[in-house]
Amino acid sequence: MYVSVKGGEQAIDAAHTWQAALRRGDAAVPEVSITQLREQLGLAVDRVMAEGACADPELAAQALKQARGDTTEAAFLLRAYRNTLPRLGASLPMDTGAMRVERRISATYKDLPGGQVLGPTFDYTHRLLEFAAPIAAPPVEATEPAAAMPRVSDVLAREGLMARDAPSDAEPADITRDGLRFPADRSLRLQAMARGDEGFLLAMGYSTQRGYGNAHPFVGEIRIGAVSVEIVPPELGFAIDIGEITVSECQMVNQFAGNAEAPPQFTRGYGLVVGRNERKAMAVALVDRAQRAPELGEDVKAPAQDAEFVLYHCDNVESTGFVEHLKLPHYVDFQSELEKLRSLRARWEAERAS
Amino acid sequence: MTTGYNFAYLDEATKRMIRRALLKAIAVPGHQVPFGAREMPLPYGWGTGGIQVTASVIGSDDRLKVIDQGADDTTNAISIRRFFARVAGVETTESTTEATIIQTRHRIPETPLREDQVLVYQVPMPEPLFKLEPRVRESTKLHALAEYGLMQVKLYEDIAKQGEVATSYNHPVIVDGRYLMSPSPIPAFDNPKMDMNPAIQLFGAGREKRIYAVPPYTRVESLDFEDHPFRPIRAPHACALCRSTESYLDELITDDRGGRRFICSDTDYCAQRQRT
Amino acid sequence: MIAPGFADPGMDSQACFRALLTAMSYPGRIVALPSPTGMPSGLPPAMAALVLALCDEQTPLWQDAGDDAAAWIAFHTGAPAASLEAARFVMVTAALPSLGALCAGTDEEPQDGATLLLQVAALSEGAGWVLQGPGIKDAARLRVDGAPDGFVAARAALAPIFPRGIDIVLCAGDRIAALPRTTRIAESG
Repeated sequence: MYVSVKGGEQAIDAAHTWQAALRRGDAAVPEVSITQLREQLGLAVDRVMAEGACADPELAAQALKQARGDTTEAAFLLRAYRNTLPRLGASLPMDTGAMRVERRISATYKDLPGGQVLGPTFDYTHRLLEFAAPIAAPPVEATEPAAAMPRVSDVLAREGLMARDAPSDAEPADITRDGLRFPADRSLRLQAMARGDEGFLLAMGYSTQRGYGNAHPFVGEIRIGAVSVEIVPPELGFAIDIGEITVSECQMVNQFAGNAEAPPQFTRGYGLVVGRNERKAMAVALVDRAQRAPELGEDVKAPAQDAEFVLYHCDNVESTGFVEHLKLPHYVDFQSELEKLRSLRARWEAERAS
Repeated sequence: MTTGYNFAYLDEATKRMIRRALLKAIAVPGHQVPFGAREMPLPYGWGTGGIQVTASVIGSDDRLKVIDQGADDTTNAISIRRFFARVAGVETTESTTEATIIQTRHRIPETPLREDQVLVYQVPMPEPLFKLEPRVRESTKLHALAEYGLMQVKLYEDIAKQGEVATSYNHPVIVDGRYLMSPSPIPAFDNPKMDMNPAIQLFGAGREKRIYAVPPYTRVESLDFEDHPFRPIRAPHACALCRSTESYLDELITDDRGGRRFICSDTDYCAQRQRT
Repeated sequence: MIAPGFADPGMDSQACFRALLTAMSYPGRIVALPSPTGMPSGLPPAMAALVLALCDEQTPLWQDAGDDAAAWIAFHTGAPAASLEAARFVMVTAALPSLGALCAGTDEEPQDGATLLLQVAALSEGAGWVLQGPGIKDAARLRVDGAPDGFVAARAALAPIFPRGIDIVLCAGDRIAALPRTTRIAESG
């Protein structure tokens, strides 16, 4: 007798075993350690931290290893884990102006207070595969603690050329608790993008440069470095420093023609991402500016300007789940489609015959 | 239990938030309550909404049944059942009658449910209007105004073009005469079972972060027209295993010469009938 | 000294929620809740249990059970005290405020309507009010001793604003019955 698909239990167990074997690869080759991944594949670890929304390189490295190097799968593992952690408190707003900077560049000013700090970057490497070249560990001289490094946006604002973002003491939205709500305020948009998929946001940002969103951006400033995180424990009532995290921040400067209320001036697109990831910070800054169109009285025409479109589709944990769920069985729905199609065809054939 | 996780995986604060959303969902039948869905250790689109609802409802004395496509033995159903056995240590069952909570994807069991049973639906797209109005802000307004003309027009256009309503599953319903609701992608065949059902019906959409509910003994009407009444359909055959002519059937291709067999999609119902 | 609430917070909260889910799903049905210990005398057991199970720093709360109750609730749940208009949970042990003053949500967000926990003297099934609506097969009977004067009429006055509205949990000792906003009450059969 024909037996319908059974034996799911054994199939799952066998699949997991096979997957584990592939993950380990050739047993004759030494296994990589989590510490090796954290130290030597740091940018992959940082991407997992950002998209996994959890600033913990050790856990991100563990996720990356468990996911066989699939960063989306690793981000998913990390998100699922972070959810189970108790929320002990909320930090104060971080002061990126006081960042311990390892890289800080501006495309708008040749020199500026605090100077340009090129820092570690692939920017001016020649993209040649370095066959046989061992990865050297050159000594790096400790950089001087940077002098004051005012943000470029503040420099422009002092001149009245940069629209100031209205300061607010309102509690920012919290995407980890409340999810997306529309209209999404800027704090929610920036949070969603901070953990959004790098590739998607890169494409969206890129589209604004190609006419889909009317952007005229300049990199006012990119800075990467360590920032203190402070909390105010209720029992103490004053702020204490609980450590540092590394973040990448981008401030894009955009022209704005002005309108009846506001003079022509620059406006800002902002991106902040956990870890070292200036590509994504730049992309977020482009999309952020595009999404400010309604507030600045610009027409909303392009995909990047449509907050619902961008935010609902930037999360790779959500999108990969739903795209991949198509491989789950749909027998029941498909069966009803089959019956419906037969019924429609019968009707069509009967009508044609008559 | 030493799983390293809280009972039923979710932390207590998350459960409280989901529980509050569930209570309001019962109070406003068919209305989608936004909630702060968490990432779960299973992927979005694979039942995270249903899992979060189940995790918030379940207690140590519950007996859980999980079905996918009506069947207890599909891989995703097994995976979810294992998850709860692992993180909640609850008893699981394949029997519709014995279960106190049934989590389902795409079916309502054939065996009638009773009072105090909880049916948890996994929902991919909670918004019944999304194909007509993808902007959530707009569809939210339409629900607030009970303005469902768009859907009526769409169904009517189907009829004009094809002679009948073209939706065969996920056919929209009106709950208690007020809210248009997605029944999740259950076959239209199952829609009538939602009406005046004695059980508590809860719907969780994890990726879209919405929870909604149909309380027991609540009117659930499938959208239709007087001249084109709603017509649930099933394959016009008897089950090859239990001979049922009432149940919803899966079609199996048995060879490459057009051979096919039809068997019940509800494995528990079919097994019960084969035993008696 | 502030004494413990639930003996087993996770499991007792679940049991309490599940009982309330049953009560809300089958309006008029009376269910018993697990009782916490150590609450101040002004705080009835069922109300204390519901607050422990459902409230936290995300649920602004208004209550009239006094300072001891306020301290106990703050310690166990962190629920911030709020005005009647802003509260998501309203606990009434004495005079019933105007129901119209409570948050009823909006047509787009009716789930923001408040949950009112209302102390009454006693509850029994099978006699008294006749309830109809979702969750009730034909009709349910619920007898409520000690309901505030004019309660049924005040509640009925909110029916036209549905889906906005408030949901009510009647509490007597450790027992509750629920009246979601969809339930219609006739004072006698």
